[in-house]
Amino acid sequence: MAVARMKAKIIITPKKAVLDPQGKTVQTALAQMGYTGITDVHIGKYIEIDLAPGTDKTAAQKTLQDAAHRLLSNPVIEDYKLELE
Amino acid sequence: MNFVVLQFPASNCDQDAVYAARLLGHSARLVWHKDASLGDADVVIVPGGFSYGDYLRCGAIARFSPVMQAVKQFADNGGVVLGICNGFQVLTEAGLLPGALIRNRDLQFHCEFIHLKTVTKDSPFTGRIPAGKLLRVPIAHGEGCYYADADTLAALERNDQILWQYCDAAGDVTEAANPNGAVQNIAGICNERRNVAGLMPHPERACEALLGSDDGRYVFESLVAELKRKPVAA
Repeated sequence: MAVARMKAKIIITPKKAVLDPQGKTVQTALAQMGYTGITDVHIGKYIEIDLAPGTDKTAAQKTLQDAAHRLLSNPVIEDYKLELE
Repeated sequence: MNFVVLQFPASNCDQDAVYAARLLGHSARLVWHKDASLGDADVVIVPGGFSYGDYLRCGAIARFSPVMQAVKQFADNGGVVLGICNGFQVLTEAGLLPGALIRNRDLQFHCEFIHLKTVTKDSPFTGRIPAGKLLRVPIAHGEGCYYADADTLAALERNDQILWQYCDAAGDVTEAANPNGAVQNIAGICNERRNVAGLMPHPERACEALLGSDDGRYVFESLVAELKRKPVAA
């Protein structure tokens, strides 16, 4: 049986206080197209990372938190959410 | 003076910075991003461009290059470092300057001459700029909107770290004169120790009249005057 592969998914979004002109522009476009009920749009990044088979989940969590904090996101302007599966 | 200009893959204002330093009578050489040492350096320029293709975020990859360790060491020893455009982005990503640079408010790439008001003369980067003199220099960026949270901004003001603001031709700091949405029209800042600075506009591209302006010279002349007065053995 193949060893299950672990995947990390990191979602990065601009902090609420930071200008998000892309989000605003898309929100305006959606409104112009007639899509109603949308109060806010934020555009971020999605990063998918494949981990070597047999990687320890707790260790991977710690390593990826570190990587997300130091490189994958900029804590001055962005928040991130890390999921391992 | 020895100017060291860093060179990353996709730097594109590196030669302009070398040219400007030599034009003003100084020696200048390029140091490759993989070099772990700067060699003899009085000033380090982190130039403009699109280092590492601006992948992930502008400056995010460049800050981890070997040469940036040497720059950090140089700055920690009091060495004078100036980041221009992408160089400013690299220095904020590296934590050598506070805040961050994000996408221009209007999502447009701005390539034009702007005016700068010098906020303080108390820095190695602004000391020789005549009182009241506005600098007419070019900008060329898509992600030059300076952002800092309220606490950081308050600290910048308290410590007199804001060096330049975008203004109109009359010297008024207005919303209309803000090309990118930068908070408080901030175009350039320095660190608390005042030896590291960054700005989005390009003084190195405005050092001779043929290029439309030689106001950029004041920035380099300020640097040189300060280093002659107080050399740093970094």
